[in-house]
Amino acid sequence: MKKIMNDPQNIVPEMVAGLVQAYPQYVERLPETEALVRHDKASMAGKVGVISGGGSGHEPTHAGFVGAGMLSAAVAGQVFTSPTPDQLYAAIKAADHGKGVFMVIKNYSGDVMNFDMAKDMADLDDIKVKSIVVDDDIAVENSTYTQGRRGVAGTIFMHKIIGAAADQGASLDELEALAKKVMPNIKTIAVALSGATVPEVGKPGFDLADDEIEYGVGIHGEPGYRKEKLQPSKALVTELLGRLKDEFKYQAGDHFAVLINGMGATPLMEQYVFTNDALNQLAADDINVDFTKVGNYMTSLDMAGISLTLFKLEDDAWLKGLQYPVDTIAWTQK
Amino acid sequence: MTLTLEDTLKWLHGFDATVTAQKAYLSELDTPIGDGDHGNNLARGAAAIEDALGKQEPADLTAALKTIAMALVSKVGGASGALYGTAFLEMAKASRETQEVADLLAAGLAGLQKRGGATTGEKTMIDVWAPVVAAAKAGNLTTQVIDDAVQATKPMKATKGRASYVGDNSIGHLDPGSVSSGYLFSEMLKAGVTA
Ligand SMILES: Nc1ncnc2c1ncn2[C@@H]1O[C@H](COP(=O)(O)OP(=O)(O)OP(=O)(O)O)[C@@H](O)[C@H]1O
Ligand SMILES: [Mg+2]
Repeated sequence: MKKIMNDPQNIVPEMVAGLVQAYPQYVERLPETEALVRHDKASMAGKVGVISGGGSGHEPTHAGFVGAGMLSAAVAGQVFTSPTPDQLYAAIKAADHGKGVFMVIKNYSGDVMNFDMAKDMADLDDIKVKSIVVDDDIAVENSTYTQGRRGVAGTIFMHKIIGAAADQGASLDELEALAKKVMPNIKTIAVALSGATVPEVGKPGFDLADDEIEYGVGIHGEPGYRKEKLQPSKALVTELLGRLKDEFKYQAGDHFAVLINGMGATPLMEQYVFTNDALNQLAADDINVDFTKVGNYMTSLDMAGISLTLFKLEDDAWLKGLQYPVDTIAWTQK
Repeated sequence: MTLTLEDTLKWLHGFDATVTAQKAYLSELDTPIGDGDHGNNLARGAAAIEDALGKQEPADLTAALKTIAMALVSKVGGASGALYGTAFLEMAKASRETQEVADLLAAGLAGLQKRGGATTGEKTMIDVWAPVVAAAKAGNLTTQVIDDAVQATKPMKATKGRASYVGDNSIGHLDPGSVSSGYLFSEMLKAGVTA
């Protein structure tokens, strides 16, 4: 393992400290926590707060999306481990400006339980809290006999849509209704070229041969659905898009937003090659792509690989939500 | 038998030492069917419990159980932090009414089930807690009961938690949370608490 760090046990607090020093105009650290709250307090006044959080190792998620038009606060847990309820509760308190707080939770048992406990704590303070559990990873069978689908890169679109609506004054109930409508329309699938190494563990979570790839891997290295020899970008797109097509049963003329997300160690050059192939294949299917984003948004430490997210734009307002102005460390647009 | 403050402290010191010593093994168990962090998570919890108990000697049993719960809740994270934290919090609450070991453990189990929504047979720590509580109620909790319950998770297929993602491939592996729960109850017996 080769990593730029000091003590692996302190990697999260040191990362948070670096982030805050670099971007004081965006984020402030809540005392004695790894919770970061938006610096621009005026932009939150009179609005529902939006918080998210999860294990670290997915940067710029989640703190990178704290700012006007997106998250009010974010909490960083240990690497690949959900944050603790007391810190989530601190974030809820900081994000509440009298209108309640909406939580965006990724569907992992740890995250769901810890956010749940934080909500219980907030209930005692009479802070109204509602939430959405994001479960966009179609690599997992959607069944009541499992934990259900995982939350992965599509979470970024949820942050964006909810953040934009909250900024425009949506109520807590309206945000909940919006999130529930949006969620089934966001789906993601990934391919990994190599595993991620958790600093405290020191070796990759899984191994792939030099010429081998794995489809369906999760953002913590959860095993995928098939391994095979490395394919050209076009073939990767055909496989991943094929899975998404089956899920959406999309038809010529449908409108979508696309997120192409690097897993951490895949150069942007390769991501753009993949993007070119993905957009070409979508165009060949007569799909209207109204919004595209490419880059490292929901990473998995040093994993090499890429994920493809499609968001079916059933409502015009959703596209407007994606296009709405935002000013955060990782996503800025006018 | 009733649980005393003294026994509780002895019990948790034993658990903390075992978890710390078995940190690598617990994370290793969590690797094929989870995300390889269970040992690291619990070792962080063990250090936090030692730290909290060392700072201030709890006044009574309820205070001790609450201190343990808060240390776990605020330092572990992950599924196991919420679960163990909730279990000890529920035991702390129940200890205001009863100090009977079986009743306290039953309150912990109820908390686990409320928090995680799992029942027996889903390859989670519930598969150790449930038989342990049953044996404690019947007054015949032994290390054999605990070990059998831990081993019984091996052939199970996980339907809750991270291990459910690997489906059939979870069969044949011990559940890490069940192994750590096994340590918890074995250390309880070692501390001289019988049930
Ligand atoms: N719903 C549940 N009910 C009871 N026990 C559970 C549940 N989900 C997970 N567990 C237990 O938690 C153990 C895993 O704990 P661990 O500390 O590794 O957390 P984790 O699942 O990795 O959390 P995270 O994904 O946030 O890192 C499992 O072995 C299992 O015994
Ligand atoms: Mg784990």
